Amino acid sequence: MTRMLEAHQATFARNGEAVFTAVDLALDAGQALIVLGPNGCGKTTLLRMLAGILRPWQGKVIRHCQPAFLGHLPAFKGDLSCRENLAFQRRFHGGTGLDENRALARVGLAGLGLRPARTLSAGQKRRLGLAGLLVAPRPLWLLDEPYASLDDVGCELVDRLLSDHLSEGGAVALSAHQRKPVIDVDLVRLELAAAEVVS
Amino acid sequence: MIWKTIKVNFHRLGSPPTFYRLAEVLAPWLWGGFAVCAAIGLYQALYVVPPDYQQSDSFRILYIHVPSAWQAMAGYVVMTILAVIALVWRIRTVEIMAMAGAPIGAAFTFICLATGSLWGRPMWGTWWAWDARLTSMLVLLFIYLGIMGLYAAFEDRRKGARVACILILVGIVNIPIIHFSVEWWTTLHQGATIRLFSGESTLHESMMPPLVWMTIAVKLMFGAALLDRARNDLLDQDRRKGWVQSRLGETA
Amino acid sequence: MIVRSMSALIARDLRLAIRHGGESLMPLIFLFSVIILIPLGVGPGPNLLAAIAPGMIWVAALLASLLALENLFRPDLDDGTLEQWWVGQCPAGALVVARLFSHWLITAVPVIVFAPLAAQMLYLPAEALPVLVLSLLIGTPILSLVGGLAAALTLGTNRGSVLLSILVFPLIVPVLIFATGAVSAAADGMSARAHLGLLGALLILAITLVPLATSAALRLNIE
Repeated sequence: MTRMLEAHQATFARNGEAVFTAVDLALDAGQALIVLGPNGCGKTTLLRMLAGILRPWQGKVIRHCQPAFLGHLPAFKGDLSCRENLAFQRRFHGGTGLDENRALARVGLAGLGLRPARTLSAGQKRRLGLAGLLVAPRPLWLLDEPYASLDDVGCELVDRLLSDHLSEGGAVALSAHQRKPVIDVDLVRLELAAAEVVS
Repeated sequence: MIWKTIKVNFHRLGSPPTFYRLAEVLAPWLWGGFAVCAAIGLYQALYVVPPDYQQSDSFRILYIHVPSAWQAMAGYVVMTILAVIALVWRIRTVEIMAMAGAPIGAAFTFICLATGSLWGRPMWGTWWAWDARLTSMLVLLFIYLGIMGLYAAFEDRRKGARVACILILVGIVNIPIIHFSVEWWTTLHQGATIRLFSGESTLHESMMPPLVWMTIAVKLMFGAALLDRARNDLLDQDRRKGWVQSRLGETA
Repeated sequence: MIVRSMSALIARDLRLAIRHGGESLMPLIFLFSVIILIPLGVGPGPNLLAAIAPGMIWVAALLASLLALENLFRPDLDDGTLEQWWVGQCPAGALVVARLFSHWLITAVPVIVFAPLAAQMLYLPAEALPVLVLSLLIGTPILSLVGGLAAALTLGTNRGSVLLSILVFPLIVPVLIFATGAVSAAADGMSARAHLGLLGALLILAITLVPLATSAALRLNIE
């Protein structure tokens, strides 16, 4: 088992106060971690911290491989076409994955390659984000609410992508609200608790 | 061992209630020292020192002008040291103290410019001259205002303080460059630059003591105001926290 | 890897700039507005115009650079592409350099190309033209660097533009002094070497320190 991600007593602070209680976790290749907890308990913050966007306030986070982070924001340029956006991601992240058209077809956006990304619907934008994971494959996926605004077919697509990624030796950490991943691999559960306000 | 003790004490100082108590005790002493030094300094400056044979009584503004100019610059150095500590060790009370320095430094810079302008009118017949020192001081004022503006513009005060600390560091690298470039510029552009302080280095002995007293007074005042401002900012930021509530409970 | 990420970013920025078209014409429109309005304001006397020409062209370059600063990082912050800078393998400082390079290409290069023409319209002596272009070539990257730092510092605030000007103004004083000093010296038939050398030293200093400070400020602002 190769270790992909570790966190030791890691927490993040906003305005000088811890957002969630300290987190310990270890994620190996082929493992999937689901972050659970009520709204506002800091799931997004935790994933952003695991991705390296936020620096832990206390404790530390160690990434043993390159992560990919998919958040609430689309992370592509509305004025560029879908294909241009994917081509950028491939070059930017040094990817050697599927070519743009194949990736678009895989996420159900076949034929939309020349459409400016801003004209896509919310669900289509999420799918384009997933296509980004395919053009520039990275071993560790950090997905914030990957099921949000997707239809049933889209949710199944996410499940399929997750299964494939895990079976290829990747690792996933994700947060989810209503729908949980339906995959063969056992999910490691992490219950996140908002930090108590202390004086 | 010693290092560890220092470190522990340092961190204890970083805790808001400890800092608050320390500042509360220290500030009145600094204010008191300021009052005494300023009283002695001003008395000597206004009554003891004889009038200048050229400038008569108007040179006495020097005793406000020069200490504020020195403090405007020294204040920036203090803020830089605090900013480095704040950024490296992420100590919140130090961030707050660095930020508390900016308005005081800006005030001293402004006093320096205003008194210089008042002094310049009778001496060289103009309120303003594009002299190197004047221009550098004006630029310093803008840097101070930038730091204040940046800190105030953030909703998250902590984030604002840290971003403004970066600006303080950028400023300290730039201030010497700005000063040097402006000096060069004035020698290039003005054939007969007014030599502002040409007579200053030969300041008569009898004129020195009040200057020393006033300089000490201004330094003490800076320290006192810094502690008071930091204390108020801390109180404001932590007003919902337990330690403030319990303190208020004590005094109420 | 680093070069690849940087070039990808530059290519995308330029593509977006071309697609927005109008914005990339702004610096030129700005330069020529200043050049045409100044004689109308101060009178057409060749001596006066020649004397103020270096300053005017430089102020136009400065303002053109400032104009685009507000949108240097903000759209990327809003659409989430900025936070990806810390997820990739490329250090954020290098990406800052890449972004500032495209800012420089878009805002400064048109001004540099048309500066000799503008200088002719203000009767700047022909001997000073090479020095003018050289001073712009060395000096405008500093404007982009310093402006980028100010943009990064004010990114998390909602009244960025006012603050931005206050922050930029003191920091670019030396650039303006040395650059216009160089051109004036050349116009008076003196050597501009010392000025240009100092300007070059400023550029080296800025290029080593500013990207670090800028990426630190950006990181604080995306938190």
